[in-house]
Amino acid sequence: MTALTPSDARALLARLLARIAPEVDLADIGPDETLQEAADLDSMDFLNLMTAVYEEIGVEVPERDYPALSTIDGFAVYMAAATADPGS
Amino acid sequence: MDSGTIVEWRVHPGDTVHRGDIVAVVDTDKADIDVEVFDDGVVEELLVDPGVEVAVGTPLARITGAGATVAPAAPAPQAAQVVEAPAEPTPVPVPSPRAGADTDRVRASPRARRLAAARGIDLHRVRGSGQRGAVVAADLERAPAEPVPAPAAGPSGRRSDAERQASMRRAIGELMARSKREIPHYHLATTVDLQTAVDWLSTVNGDRPVTERLLPAALLLKAVALAAVEVPEVNGSWLDDGFQPATAVHLGVAVALRGGGLVAPALHGADTLTLDELMAGLRDLVTRARSGRLTGSEMADPTLTVTNLGDQGAEEVLGVIYPPQVALVGFGRILERPVAVDGMLAVHSTVRASLAADHRVTDGHEGSRFLAVLDRLLQTPEDLR
Repeated sequence: MTALTPSDARALLARLLARIAPEVDLADIGPDETLQEAADLDSMDFLNLMTAVYEEIGVEVPERDYPALSTIDGFAVYMAAATADPGS
Repeated sequence: MDSGTIVEWRVHPGDTVHRGDIVAVVDTDKADIDVEVFDDGVVEELLVDPGVEVAVGTPLARITGAGATVAPAAPAPQAAQVVEAPAEPTPVPVPSPRAGADTDRVRASPRARRLAAARGIDLHRVRGSGQRGAVVAADLERAPAEPVPAPAAGPSGRRSDAERQASMRRAIGELMARSKREIPHYHLATTVDLQTAVDWLSTVNGDRPVTERLLPAALLLKAVALAAVEVPEVNGSWLDDGFQPATAVHLGVAVALRGGGLVAPALHGADTLTLDELMAGLRDLVTRARSGRLTGSEMADPTLTVTNLGDQGAEEVLGVIYPPQVALVGFGRILERPVAVDGMLAVHSTVRASLAADHRVTDGHEGSRFLAVLDRLLQTPEDLR
């Protein structure tokens, strides 16, 4: 798997979120705002987002790591790390 | 909803149909609904042409029992059944733009939407030949496949969205006003300790790929379905001045639509589903509700509705019953609260569970029993599998 830069990861998030919440513009959400709240994502939406991440780039995010992905920056950092480390 | 328009017939005279087959697509001004047939038989005659608007309850087709095709004599009237325009049971779903480009407010039949999604066709670019420009399946056969562009956030279709929003809001308002006028509601609420359930779920999900994980909502729904079997007085309809208990538990699941409004289609036979089946069914139902692809029977036959406010919701919901049902179960968001455990203070995940019920059928004693059973079931989540 090619490593994602944080900016690749942001682009990925924007693309996947467009399928789940098309009316949300990621640019309107602050980097440290809670994604679920700002984009009005319920637990089904978030599960669908995690499923889409898995299907797109093969990263399986365990439930215990969900809190780390609750902001745009958190998502970007997590995905960059997950794709950089072959062990993850 | 008072009327509907046939967008498309899926069957022709002479076709053999089976219970559950989709025979027509009806546009109800707020959503397209797939109309199912309720018995096996042979389509004798289609009574309403596509494009004609008819009142709810109007016979749409004459279908005779399988025996009638054998007998050369004209079918006796009582042997014939009719497919009727679907009556409105719950607020009607608005196809929401949530699911992406293919559902972004273009008038289209559900079949056309599925075909478009499968073939990667943007419905915005297809000229519809159906009623009021609706895109029907035949239009897609002429359309070239193309990559679906990212959903445009532009103003296209906004007007129609606003109209549908307004008419859905009216439909919800009318139904809820009728409920408040006709149903003598009472409300009960209790705090359920979910720590065991939440711990169990995280253990189960820890071993599972993301595609097979369970949400707490699935556990809550399964517990409601089983509690409704134990306390059947909450599961059924008030019809003809009397309570008619349901023979199955078809749980109406209130699904909030992005952009406003809600719809509560049925998860059929929820008490008989395994937790995994229920979760898969819930995922499918929510996805289809949000993209406007529900069937007539899902819209028509919930026997008990559950509203779950979810992660972003308030702590408690005291619901309004969907007529003709006689109860509604509500869950607030799951929250950590201080609880007393064996005389000690602890912090546990908990949920406020509520019951709105019809005083013509039950009173607080039976209602309390329902909530107590629900609580008990949620303490042994492994038995809810």
